[in-house]
Amino acid sequence: MTNTKKQLMKGCEAIAEAAIQAGCRYFFGYPITPQNDIPEYMAAQMPKVGGTYLQAESEVAAINMVYGAAGAGARVMTSSSSPGISLKSEGISYVAGAELPCFIVNMMRGGPGLGSIQASQGDYFQATKGGGHGDYKMVVYAPSSVQEAVDLVQEAFDVADTYRIPVMMLADGIIGQMMEPVEFTKKSEGRKLPEKTWAATGWDREKSTRERAVINSLYIEHEELQELNDRLQARYKEIQEKEVKVELYNTEGAEYILCAYGTVARICKSAIALAAKKGIKVGLVRPITVWPFPTKQVHDAIAQKSVKGALVVEISAGQMLEDIKIAVNGEKPVDFLGKPGSIVPTAEEILNKIIELGR
Amino acid sequence: METVFKKTPVLTDAVMHYCPGCGHGIVHRLVAEAIDELGVANKAIAVVPVGCAVFAYRYFNIDSMEAAHGRAPAVATGIKRVNPDNVVFTYQGDGDLASIGTAEIVHAAHRGEKITTIFINNAIYGMTGGQMAPTTLVGQKTTTSPYGRDKEHCGSPIRIAEMLATIEGSAYIERVAVNSPGNIIKAKKAIKKAFETQLAGKGFSLVEVLSNCPTNWGMSPAESMKWLEENMIPYYPLGVKKEV
Ligand SMILES: Cc1ncc(C[n+]2csc(CCOP(=O)(O)OP(=O)(O)O)c2C)c(N)n1
Ligand code: SF4
Repeated sequence: MTNTKKQLMKGCEAIAEAAIQAGCRYFFGYPITPQNDIPEYMAAQMPKVGGTYLQAESEVAAINMVYGAAGAGARVMTSSSSPGISLKSEGISYVAGAELPCFIVNMMRGGPGLGSIQASQGDYFQATKGGGHGDYKMVVYAPSSVQEAVDLVQEAFDVADTYRIPVMMLADGIIGQMMEPVEFTKKSEGRKLPEKTWAATGWDREKSTRERAVINSLYIEHEELQELNDRLQARYKEIQEKEVKVELYNTEGAEYILCAYGTVARICKSAIALAAKKGIKVGLVRPITVWPFPTKQVHDAIAQKSVKGALVVEISAGQMLEDIKIAVNGEKPVDFLGKPGSIVPTAEEILNKIIELGR
Repeated sequence: METVFKKTPVLTDAVMHYCPGCGHGIVHRLVAEAIDELGVANKAIAVVPVGCAVFAYRYFNIDSMEAAHGRAPAVATGIKRVNPDNVVFTYQGDGDLASIGTAEIVHAAHRGEKITTIFINNAIYGMTGGQMAPTTLVGQKTTTSPYGRDKEHCGSPIRIAEMLATIEGSAYIERVAVNSPGNIIKAKKAIKKAFETQLAGKGFSLVEVLSNCPTNWGMSPAESMKWLEENMIPYYPLGVKKEV
């Protein structure tokens, strides 16, 4: 299916289709709700495009298959939901340490533990601050609609290849399950992708023009490990400079600024409309990359003279809240609305909280 | 003057870090020679473990990948699915394969993954300093079984070759030992056969190699070979366990 007509699609399926259109030909996964429509779509579609779908014995195995395929030079992805991402975290650290590109989707569900199968945003820390061990980062995209998710997939693969890093799409289960009209028109942003001369594909001692490939994250001498880390940190810095994506909605001259990502940001927009009816001017800062975090944009929107305070809204106990507070640096009051687990705040609750802040 | 023996070019010139008399060095040579003799060095990919063989990518003169502890068969699966023409093998110890990596090895065999596994059973965790492995013999003393392995407390040693032979997807499974020149010759044949099984596209192949760890067994290399013969071989019988 490569037509570009608008069609109604479930988020998970649309993301899977976008990945195939972005040239992904290998998918390794393990069933978990609410992301099963991704592997199911891949199982049906990959064989039709000469690709490979393989159901692994666990998320641990799946991410290690991704590691192998990425090391062999393939465009490869996996997807899961919260508990499965915890299992993948060791592997993600190895992918990062071995400087391999890959794409990972997390359709977040409620936690901790087995939690619920409803939407949540409880994995923000895990996605943006580590999850696995060591000083590594992933670029993390947080779409707030099915169309945006689709548009970010090609970008995600290209960014992974450009910087040789794992890239994650951090979506809540609502995005995955929701049906919305989507178009597959977005083409690559025209990045010139580096050739994968480092891939392990078989090496001829006499004829190969490249060095022998060693895909590895072991640097036993501390100077060598330092070199790897310096290389990674330099790359992360460049990413922070070049790859931030953020939506500023109605922020100019606003009295209050809402901060939210994913589905919650859409509810915030409804709250903004309700507030406008009451004559309160409210804006929204919506990070599209939650790492690299739009620290400057968040700061500038909230530090404006007109702003009385900011309200961070999440389906969590307040995780992105910490990054917002760092960005605002005490210049304005920052409040929080949200619950851990799977309870999605309503537009009315958000409005009431804004009114309360005004008192 | 006629050359009767020369180092295979499938091993690099790097000096191996293994302890004197350790079987790992022998098995590296056998694997490299088999790859060389089959003429597949230019398409071979080594997936090396976490364990004493963690630096094996320095020694095998072929494209290599380092896997997380126990995950080599999953990594090898990823490689093989991308490039089916590659000859992909994992090289794993008994902590790596028979403990933390049991799911990965069982399911690689179960899928009939066309890869080869060289499994070094030395009845102990070498790299971490001689702790008990699932393959440690009953009564054997290690740093975490200081009174000898107690079957009531932590079970009996696991026989990987026999277990994997029961799996439909496995095509060639043999147990060998590197305790004597005769057994080393047999080990080489088995390793070659395992690669041939992969090249023929028949399915999963594994060679379990009974090896020694003089350092953590607290023995001289010669004593360790004798201990292997007298204690390991009776519990882990040598031979072909499956061939299709
Ligand atoms: C996830 C994880 N757990 C534990 C370790 C520590 N560790 C390193 S090697 C090893 C066991 C090695 O023993 P074995 O596989 O038998 O190989 P040998 O050293 O005997 O060749 C362990 C437990 C690790 N690196 N990663
Ligand atoms: S510790 Fe044991 S297994 Fe490891 S290199 Fe030394 S002798 Fe070999």
